[in-house]
Amino acid sequence: MSVLEIVILLPILAALAVLFGAPARAASVGATLANLVIVLALSWQYAAKGSTGLAFTQAREVLANPAISFSVGADGVSLILALLTAIVMFAAVWQIQDRPAIFYVASLLIGGGALGAFLTTDVFFIYAFHELALIPTFLMIALHGHAEPIERKKVAWKATVYLGVGSLVLLAGLVWLVVEFSGGRDLTFDLEALRAQAKLTPLPVEKQGVIFFVLLLGFGTLVSLFPFHSWAAPAYATAPTPVAMLHAGVLKKFGLYGLLRIALPLLPQGANVPWVQNALLLMLLGNILVMGLVTIRASRLDDTLANSSVMHMGYIFLALAAGSEIALKGAVLLMFAHGVSIALLFALSGKMRNQLGTLEYSKLGGLASHAPAFTVLFAFGAFASIGLPGLSNFAGEAMVFAGSFTTFSGTLTNLHWTVILALWGVVMSAVYMLRAYRHIFHGSATTGLFMSDPALPQRLPLILMAATLLLTGCCPWLLLNLLKGALAAS
Amino acid sequence: MSVFTLEASLALLGLVLLLLEAFKPEISRRTLGYTAMAGTALALVLLPLCGTQLPEFMQPWHQIDTLALFYKGFALVITLLVLWLTLECAPYLTRFTLDGKLAEMFSLPLIVCAGMMWMASARDLVTIFITLELVTISFYVLVAFARKSALSLEAGVKYLILGALSTGVLVYGIAWIYGATGSMNFDAIGKALANPATSKSAALFGAAMLLVGLGFKVAAAPFHMWVPDVYQGAPTPVTTFLSVGSKAAGFVVLTRALDAFAAPGSIIGSEVQSLLLVGGSLTVLLGSLPAIFQTSVKRLLAYSSISHAGYLLLALACGSGGRFDIGSNGIVAFYLATYLPMTVLGFLALGLMRVNGQGEDLGDFQGLAKRSPLLALVITIAFASLAGLPLTAGFIGKMFVFLSLVDHGYWGALTCAVIAAAAGFYYYFRIILAMYTTEGSEKPALTLTPLTKAIACGLALVILALGVYPRPLQKVLTPPAAAVVVK
Repeated sequence: MSVLEIVILLPILAALAVLFGAPARAASVGATLANLVIVLALSWQYAAKGSTGLAFTQAREVLANPAISFSVGADGVSLILALLTAIVMFAAVWQIQDRPAIFYVASLLIGGGALGAFLTTDVFFIYAFHELALIPTFLMIALHGHAEPIERKKVAWKATVYLGVGSLVLLAGLVWLVVEFSGGRDLTFDLEALRAQAKLTPLPVEKQGVIFFVLLLGFGTLVSLFPFHSWAAPAYATAPTPVAMLHAGVLKKFGLYGLLRIALPLLPQGANVPWVQNALLLMLLGNILVMGLVTIRASRLDDTLANSSVMHMGYIFLALAAGSEIALKGAVLLMFAHGVSIALLFALSGKMRNQLGTLEYSKLGGLASHAPAFTVLFAFGAFASIGLPGLSNFAGEAMVFAGSFTTFSGTLTNLHWTVILALWGVVMSAVYMLRAYRHIFHGSATTGLFMSDPALPQRLPLILMAATLLLTGCCPWLLLNLLKGALAAS
Repeated sequence: MSVFTLEASLALLGLVLLLLEAFKPEISRRTLGYTAMAGTALALVLLPLCGTQLPEFMQPWHQIDTLALFYKGFALVITLLVLWLTLECAPYLTRFTLDGKLAEMFSLPLIVCAGMMWMASARDLVTIFITLELVTISFYVLVAFARKSALSLEAGVKYLILGALSTGVLVYGIAWIYGATGSMNFDAIGKALANPATSKSAALFGAAMLLVGLGFKVAAAPFHMWVPDVYQGAPTPVTTFLSVGSKAAGFVVLTRALDAFAAPGSIIGSEVQSLLLVGGSLTVLLGSLPAIFQTSVKRLLAYSSISHAGYLLLALACGSGGRFDIGSNGIVAFYLATYLPMTVLGFLALGLMRVNGQGEDLGDFQGLAKRSPLLALVITIAFASLAGLPLTAGFIGKMFVFLSLVDHGYWGALTCAVIAAAAGFYYYFRIILAMYTTEGSEKPALTLTPLTKAIACGLALVILALGVYPRPLQKVLTPPAAAVVVK
């Protein structure tokens, strides 16, 4: 049994155990902590050996003709995302307080599904695990969201419809790939076999563009690519805290991961077809500029965070559009950094909502004097989100921008113009995050709204996430070492 | 011992139980029920041990191949479950019978089962007609069994009239086919249809009438109108039997008939396949779209059953010669095998609600997760599978159907199927959502016996096992490479 199978099954089994009456908190925290330790050890081992390509592989046949197997395996990209999942899942489970057991179950299922999607190498299971993670997301928003029952059901259905249709489009694209690249008579869903076939007999460039576009629409909807993004902000603002942390922080990265792991290697020319690239550039500018402006207009912290999380996806799409090795590596770093920072911010805003009952800027102020530790932790998240050097996001954003501008030869192409415009996103991030910080923590305290620092055990997951941001911000090579040989331009 | 002795013994056991109940009225329904279940279980155990040899005189109209054995096992399993479900629902059902007894509810299913098993082996139209009638006429009685319930009576009358009509159409079709090809035997019909001298229009008309008649039985559009009313009115165990057993029976017949009509080289092959494609596309849509508006879960399951018939028809329409070794007949069998546990679980939930004095509407499912967490969990798995969520059996079945459609390039039908599946996500998840809401959790909890819990969990595990590891079933259903049908 591969150790990766254990990593995937542990949270799912823990969720089942909790459903059947095991002590919820102990089982969940135990399973997620064990997972975190295992994934850290695996990553360390992978980096120490200087491995490239897939490691820890194992395959079990599930269906023949069409060939589907439960095959696991991890390269640097999957390990970084598994690490992100393990950190956020542990933090999300730990910070749950006085909630019914279903909160733990849902968190474990979302995390377990995400781990399954990142660590399996069969298209069937990659897709299946993502769906497994989506279901508890919808249920939790509809049942335990922060809104009136009718309102939160609306939000949940909206997300369901968008993500459901997105998944269907994605499925169509994946099946198309499978049919094109199976070679011979038998269909295969094995990603490695498909990649080998794609190297051997690449498709005509124009066709690559069309399939890439279908996949972009499918995966893009899952990542809230503009203009298919409108489900995301209300869903995150309404979702219960652990669900918001896990979905915005981890599960949303699935779409990007899919584009990196499936679309780019199988369709290496797909993103370079002019009409596809121009469409992608336009959409990602929508993410960065339009959503940036929308975020500035937000009047509540949860709105700001939710919209900012949509906006920041634009940078990663920029890296995908550029396709250079540096940009793609930066994108992976940024996925990790954004995941941790947004999860930290959602955890903090959840605590504020619990204690204060409101997140409206007009009602908040001066919290720094009541809750200094809380303020410092929030500052870590907010500054990371802006892209302050020394915190994780900076390394990723810098690599994405630099890597996207590499092919400059005197004339500015559409890609270059996009980079120039996208840079303004950094400014907008600074505007809304600093504004949120000032409104909430500085100024005079509003009477009647009092907040205290969380107790020490409750600070632990927050400190873990903040420390991760600092550590990977100061030493990005810790993650980059995992990416040796991966994502090289093909 | 050969398989047909099993079938004869089952029918005999049914008759014995019927007489026993008539002449010894004091016999308890538990004794009857458990005897019937024991007989069925015994037959299920003996089935794999039976040889496939047949006496010479039977060979022209009886065959025992992989598919026949699979469907025989299928019939036994669903009969066993229906008998158990009847016992489970007995406290509620007896309120609607005249003398507070349920005798025929235990004997008739055995006769239906014998009919379905025999049908699976049929290789000529007469055998098919006789076994189909054996099954259908028994169902007329079963559907109207709750005689004090107006709904059940209405359902019985509707089923009787439409069933008789469809039988008439079926016989008419058989007559035309006989006229066109000069034979009732499928092999001979297949040979005649490969001969260009055979009258195409007569054969096609006969085949179309046959498809219409069978369309009634499997609830294919546009002959599906009776389904919601009959399913709603019939006692829940009978609805389960109709929805799974009767449908499977209809598809066995269709499979056998299409092997003859749509074999490569048949003069009416492409027309028959187009009919199936159009019918299947219509059926998935007319099943799925109205289901969106249902508030009664029983009616919703009825529409869902129609839409599943549509997917099965589409699988059949792909015919032979596809990319997959399992073949379209195998895909149909696989789909039915996945359909059995999820549908039974859905109806089991309805039955348990009734027994515990609650209704069958969406509102009655509210808060079920708080009241009966285990039941809510297994129902969630069942509905997720009906919707076709990955990692459940339902997804693998649908995947086979969709991939076959892609393989043959039937894009129009594929579009209809995708729309229907998307709608399915909505209406199945509406029930799941209702179960987990906090409203309604003040209603009394359902009482479940340990046996009920065990069977429900077992069915849910089957759904998950088939969803995660379908290879063993695929192996069973894949016909041997050389001989497609055992001659």
